[in-house]
Amino acid sequence: MVNGILDYLWLVPALPLLGVVLNGAIALFAERPHLLKEAGLPLAGGHGAGHGSHDDAHGASSHGSAHGHHETPAYRKLVAFIAPAVVGAAFVVALLCVLSLASRPADGRTFVQILFPWIQAGSLLVPAGLQLDPLSSVMALVVTGVGFLIHVYSVGYMSHERAFARYFVCLNLFMFAMLTLVMANNYLLMFVGWEGVGLCSYLLIGFWYEKQSASDAGKKAFVVNRIGDFGVLLAMFLVFWNFGSLTYTEVFAKVPVLRESGVLTTGLATVITLLLFLGATGKSAQIPLYVWLPDAMEGPTPVSALIHAATMVTAGVYMVARSSALFLLAPDTMMVVAVIGAVTAIFSATIGICQTDIKRVLAYSTVSQLGYMFLACGVGAFTAAIFHLMTHAFFKALLFLGSGSVIHALSGEQDMRKMGGLKKYVPVTFATMFVATLAIAGIPGLSGFFSKDEILWQAFSSSHGSPFLWGIAALAAGITAFYMFRLVYLTFFGKSRMDPEVEKHAHESPWTMTVPLTILAVLSVAGGWVGIPAVLGGSNLFEHWLAPVFHPVAAAGAHGVAAAGAHGAESVAHHPAALEIGLMALSVAIALCGIGLAYFLYRVRTGKPAEIAKEWPTLYDVVYHKYYIDEFYEWAVIRRIVTFSNGLWEMFDALFIDGIVNGAADLVRAAGDRVRRLQGGVVGGYAFSLLAGAVLLVGYILYRSVVQ
Amino acid sequence: MIAPSAYLLLSAILFGIGVVGVVTRKNVLIILMSVELMLNGVNVAFVAAGSYLGDAAGGVFAFMVMTVAAAEAAVGLALLIALYRLKETIDITELKVLKW
Repeated sequence: MVNGILDYLWLVPALPLLGVVLNGAIALFAERPHLLKEAGLPLAGGHGAGHGSHDDAHGASSHGSAHGHHETPAYRKLVAFIAPAVVGAAFVVALLCVLSLASRPADGRTFVQILFPWIQAGSLLVPAGLQLDPLSSVMALVVTGVGFLIHVYSVGYMSHERAFARYFVCLNLFMFAMLTLVMANNYLLMFVGWEGVGLCSYLLIGFWYEKQSASDAGKKAFVVNRIGDFGVLLAMFLVFWNFGSLTYTEVFAKVPVLRESGVLTTGLATVITLLLFLGATGKSAQIPLYVWLPDAMEGPTPVSALIHAATMVTAGVYMVARSSALFLLAPDTMMVVAVIGAVTAIFSATIGICQTDIKRVLAYSTVSQLGYMFLACGVGAFTAAIFHLMTHAFFKALLFLGSGSVIHALSGEQDMRKMGGLKKYVPVTFATMFVATLAIAGIPGLSGFFSKDEILWQAFSSSHGSPFLWGIAALAAGITAFYMFRLVYLTFFGKSRMDPEVEKHAHESPWTMTVPLTILAVLSVAGGWVGIPAVLGGSNLFEHWLAPVFHPVAAAGAHGVAAAGAHGAESVAHHPAALEIGLMALSVAIALCGIGLAYFLYRVRTGKPAEIAKEWPTLYDVVYHKYYIDEFYEWAVIRRIVTFSNGLWEMFDALFIDGIVNGAADLVRAAGDRVRRLQGGVVGGYAFSLLAGAVLLVGYILYRSVVQ
Repeated sequence: MIAPSAYLLLSAILFGIGVVGVVTRKNVLIILMSVELMLNGVNVAFVAAGSYLGDAAGGVFAFMVMTVAAAEAAVGLALLIALYRLKETIDITELKVLKW
């Protein structure tokens, strides 16, 4: 017990896995027979007979006593307890582990736990190991913490859902995969988690698979992600080929050595990092692979909050930050990352202006905020990226959960044109969402302000940054403030545009939903206080905490404060503090302009937006249709691939493969057709053949004897 | 003494007549008779060779063939009667259901 609680680190991913097993058993043996019986379908599968009788008894007892759907069946109560409990327990273990890690000296904060040797093939040795260091501990805490709140929320949100257990199996499986992703100690195990979260994303987007659009969206997400995964795979091959290992600690330790020996050229580093970044654009929904995320809103709202806002989509940022040692060697890649991040940030923010579906606005907002994180990565401010990742997890999860609460209150209505005046119906939801909106808009004092401003400042001042990048990002921040307040005004303020029938049932959500909202609201306010920059009199604890990961060499020499020197502090030294404060004030002013504009358009002159749309119909149309990117992809990529595949099918499959198979069959049949005539059924013919055979045989024997 | 080649020639002629009968005739009864003729042609060869070589085995074989031929005739005629009852014909060209 040298490491104390850290020896139990494996429990963090194992606990959600336990939840998968338990809930999976319930889903298979209690819920499925129950649902099949309701639907009047027979139990499928031959082996089901034994289970079936057992489950029928179970189903009948719960169903019989329930008299309809008013009382919760026992198995649902069990699921509602297990699923959040395992994640909550994982959070507690993770928290204790991180506290234990924090008690170590700054340069010793990397704990690796090898669980078992996983792959041994030739020189490829991949252990299944967990790594807890400052970076993965931030991720693990965010994933389990926000995940726990969303699990609790889901119990309330999904209470009317029939496939209750199936939902929580997927959600728990997602937690397991995500924790594997962030806590793996090598690229390959991370990739397992990477694919695992992709699978869960697919399962949960298509959760209501009977709806065509939901099942299509699931497939789209999966296929688009495959393109990115391809890049990650190639990058892993290259890493293994050149470093001889996939384990983080070994790879990053070899970077200076290989750099010196000339193996790791800038070109090689550029290729590896660009391929990794391709994977990141897929998973984290950046240009050009962002198109799946808005469609992913077909899934249940808590799923959108957990997977498509707070955790999974940030996996790309995590991976880039994890590989920062490689990225810093490739200035070209850094520029690509920064530019793609900045362009994505402003591009998707403008789409968000015109969307009318409350969840789609948030989806484009997520894409935009992820763009900020990549912008930060691209200018070398990995700490700022992870900081924004964390605060974004709080306020964006809150926004999604709040929108879920609104949708729940309105019996499934998602169109903001049919909302309005909801403030008085759902006061808690309104208050918490308003806090999150202030946070994302960058109002000083809230979490979003500190993280976003850190990114803006780094984009301006870092050696990789430029005033141009700052300008784009600041403008995007203004647009963000605008569309978020537009969302709030359309939803909660003004006159009600709801259907009277819906309005009658509008109600505040149960405590399982409002309590997570409240906790997240507190985090949205206070989450940024760990990273108050020095210029505002803070100590930026967050940067010091992450410093050993991003500046390992410096950290080995001095303690945390000097470690920040590599990029942040060094560049800060060149710029006066007044400039930083001035830019901060400017970005706040831009955000306030956005809010003011939203107030003017959606509170004061509510008819104006429609007028503007009429005045510039083409512009409005293009933005409303998301710049026709989906249509462009349909035309430029999908149709080409379909045509090519059709050609392949007709040329290769139908002609070549089928030709061989059918040709062989035709040959045999033609031969048989000839040979069958020998057996005509006429006995005389048979007799003649016998005779002929005998004559030939005798003739041959005679010939042989004569020749000899 | 007649030369052995004359016996063998007789044997070959008998055998040949039998073969032609089996191949060309349509009546099953005649085909059976032709088969008997072939067997007897062979018998002649056996006896002649046995006598020429002074070996009794030739005669023994001839008796053996006669015994088998008798059995064969009995079975063959029985089949023929069964066939006639079934098909009401003994024309071999009519009986051609046994094919592919």
